[in-house]
Amino acid sequence: MPYHCVVCIKQVPDTSNVTVDAMKEDGTVNRAALPAVFNPDDLHALEAAVALRDQYDGTVTALTMGPLGAAEALRECLYRGANRAILINDRRAAGSDTLATSYILSQAIRKIGQYDLVFCGRQAIDGDTAQVGPQLAEKLGIPQVTYFERFVEVSDRTVRVRRNVGNGWEILEAKLPLLITALDTANEPRPSAARRMMQYKRARTVAEVERDVAASLPDAGAEERDIAQANVIEKLKRRGLLIEQWGIDEIDADLQWCGVAGSPTKVHRVQSIVLTKEGFKGIEPTEEGVRGLIQELIVDHTLD
Amino acid sequence: MSGDCAADIADMANFFEDNEDLRFLFEHIDLRAIAAAVEDDFQGAAQRGESYGPLDADDAVDSYQRVLTIVGDVAANGIAPRATDIDSQGHALNDDGTVALNEGVRKNLQALAQADLMGFTLPRRYGGLQCPNVVYTMATEIISRADASLMNLFGLQGIGETINAYADDALKDEYLPRFCDGEVTGAMALTEPDAGSDLQSVGLRAWQDDDGQWRLNGVKRFITNGCGDVILTLARSEPEIKDGRGLSLFLVDRGPRLKVRHLEEKLGIHGSPTCELVYDDVPGKLVGERQLGLIRYVMSLMNGARLGIAAQSLGIAEAAYRSARVYAHTRRQFGGPIERLPAVAEMVTEMKVAVEASRALVYETSRVCDLEFNNQRVLETNPPKDKDDLKRRKGDARVYKRLNGMLTPMSKYWASEMCVRVANDALQVLGGSGYMTDYPVERYLRDARITTIYEGTSQLQVVAAVRGVCGGAFERHVESFEQHEYFDPADGPRLNELKSRLVEGKAKVLESIAFVKQRGVEYMDLHGRRLVDSAITVLVGHLLLQQAAGNERKRIVAKRFIDSGLATLDRDLAVLCSGDTSAITDYETLAGPVPSMS
Repeated sequence: MPYHCVVCIKQVPDTSNVTVDAMKEDGTVNRAALPAVFNPDDLHALEAAVALRDQYDGTVTALTMGPLGAAEALRECLYRGANRAILINDRRAAGSDTLATSYILSQAIRKIGQYDLVFCGRQAIDGDTAQVGPQLAEKLGIPQVTYFERFVEVSDRTVRVRRNVGNGWEILEAKLPLLITALDTANEPRPSAARRMMQYKRARTVAEVERDVAASLPDAGAEERDIAQANVIEKLKRRGLLIEQWGIDEIDADLQWCGVAGSPTKVHRVQSIVLTKEGFKGIEPTEEGVRGLIQELIVDHTLD
Repeated sequence: MSGDCAADIADMANFFEDNEDLRFLFEHIDLRAIAAAVEDDFQGAAQRGESYGPLDADDAVDSYQRVLTIVGDVAANGIAPRATDIDSQGHALNDDGTVALNEGVRKNLQALAQADLMGFTLPRRYGGLQCPNVVYTMATEIISRADASLMNLFGLQGIGETINAYADDALKDEYLPRFCDGEVTGAMALTEPDAGSDLQSVGLRAWQDDDGQWRLNGVKRFITNGCGDVILTLARSEPEIKDGRGLSLFLVDRGPRLKVRHLEEKLGIHGSPTCELVYDDVPGKLVGERQLGLIRYVMSLMNGARLGIAAQSLGIAEAAYRSARVYAHTRRQFGGPIERLPAVAEMVTEMKVAVEASRALVYETSRVCDLEFNNQRVLETNPPKDKDDLKRRKGDARVYKRLNGMLTPMSKYWASEMCVRVANDALQVLGGSGYMTDYPVERYLRDARITTIYEGTSQLQVVAAVRGVCGGAFERHVESFEQHEYFDPADGPRLNELKSRLVEGKAKVLESIAFVKQRGVEYMDLHGRRLVDSAITVLVGHLLLQQAAGNERKRIVAKRFIDSGLATLDRDLAVLCSGDTSAITDYETLAGPVPSMS
């Protein structure tokens, strides 16, 4: 039977290149200082969804909340097999922590309507909280399996999933709809498909159309611009190249749970920690030497 | 549209984006002109409702760049990490005459299929990317850098191209979409135990049974990917005609009557399965017309395949150079990095210049190939109504054909010889570490070694190239380069000075050609390599000068190449003009008695 999947993805600042400008005065991330990249774990979530869709039929909808530039990550999803892409963009959603984000995403998924599985990456490399997926499942009122590695069995409305528990794995059975957070060991994400890239590189959000039209008709009046925009949007829609763009109002979200107002989390401080090597210590390859090492590791809580 | 495309993934390696010289060539070559030729001046792709066809030249070139970025991603992050295991494991032959492909190779093929890269140049009508040969050649280089042995599977796209060029519509409709989707891989089965370089003596028999079905019977040897799904097989359909005109080309599906008898154990390219095939009255489908198998179809297939080997050579050399460069920089001896030792610095710089020089020749060749293919395609499918236009295109066709008849064997010969030398020197830079399997450089050297042998040995490439050099193609092409004036006051005078030295070099080559012609064909083949090397030096010198306009680094590269190249040219042509024939006349004396091998 076909499965309808929603994949939540995130465009994140590339934390492999953190500098002193990484955080703004107010404790939020300074996106201007860091290049935006596709959150690595989310690629594995997308692959899990697309592979499931390829095997059983159905659809994959890529969903993200973010600035207008996040449309690039959605195009990337289309290159890699997603059927549909939706951008949640609203100034009033800015500054959302994981609680507000998961609330907004849950409202968007409700608006999407029919879904069987929601896939998220385990965590994003900017905050490393791993909270959005689990919170989203709670808000949708559906079961969740975190640390997903693979489907062991898929039959009708029940799936068996293998999840990694750190020092081993367990197999859980769950009823659909279900939320899954994927690990990077879950699969090898497929590359962008060249034919899809050639087609979907032209996919645009409404905001991008507005920007492009404004740039190409700098001297046009408001009315002329509106007509031009409507034309472009109509054409994109006809060719399946319009990336849907929703705001807070479209998804019926309650403003008190969105953005800064809906975010109890406050970032206290961001530190750049450079790990330095402080000499080394020789350990004799004897019973005694190894015992000493283990003892030491237990004392400093490396081993429990 | 901007180029801010797939560079989006966090911290990922990319074998296109990290290759400055390849990106330089991407900008340097007039890809917009090539795109216009490939796309028939962009008339109609969008109207035909092709969802992914380009709108204009900028759009096409933007797509080419994005495609190469995808290739670079797959190569760096999928293919390269698997190369060592594939090299040490190889494939396995099953008892039933099938081959169990290495798991890593299967994953590589899956990734290439997922990325839509297996119908690279085929028309969009069949699901292909319809990319120019230049872009395909770049992709081949990038893949080869990650794993040279995978190129032998990726590079077999010539099978689909041959079907597209010569088979009837029914065969095209049946097979080409499956190639484009990566559902099937192909092989070309030419070589036999008694027909290697001399393909005219192919003996595998094709006969028609009572229903008119062609059946193939015999043995093929050294068949790359002979375990593939679609085997283009050269067979003797006219037993009464003993030479190449008795041979036809057949498409054969893998099946129970076609068995792999043996998998070769090889020095390198272990990821590429080399099969001995036994045909037991296997059903086959005739491709194109009878009797044109070798003289037309295989000859054109081989030309494409030779360019592919040239690109493979570039990829291996690039990988080897990179290893050597990093090692020379990080390995410390005598109180500093070994790159400060003059002998090491000489090797590393020589490698880099050699790679860039070969790249200039190979991409010039693939550029001319694109012009030839597309001119030919227009002449065959949609010849111009205008008489002058038709005449011009026919004239162009002759010029391109002659030029490619020289440039293709030159590229294959020169790039492959360069690749063996660079891989060898790279191993030398790493010293004892390079000899060990801890580093991939010994694999590069083993993989490199085949490039001067298959798809026609270096010696046979020289035989083909020297005829182009002596037949006027060299002189005409160089003269078109000599028209180029370097005006920029910043570097013009220095570039023109280098150019004038190349003009002198050309004059010496022309004198030598005249000398050789007086002495006859045997003398031409005896000194063919010296003549071809000298001609290449002049051609590549000009190509590097064109790259150097406005680029100080490239000017230094060009100067170094021309300085040492012209010195070698003087030496080679001196030997050539000495009239020495001792290798033939004194063969018994110089070679000594035939040793006993017992």
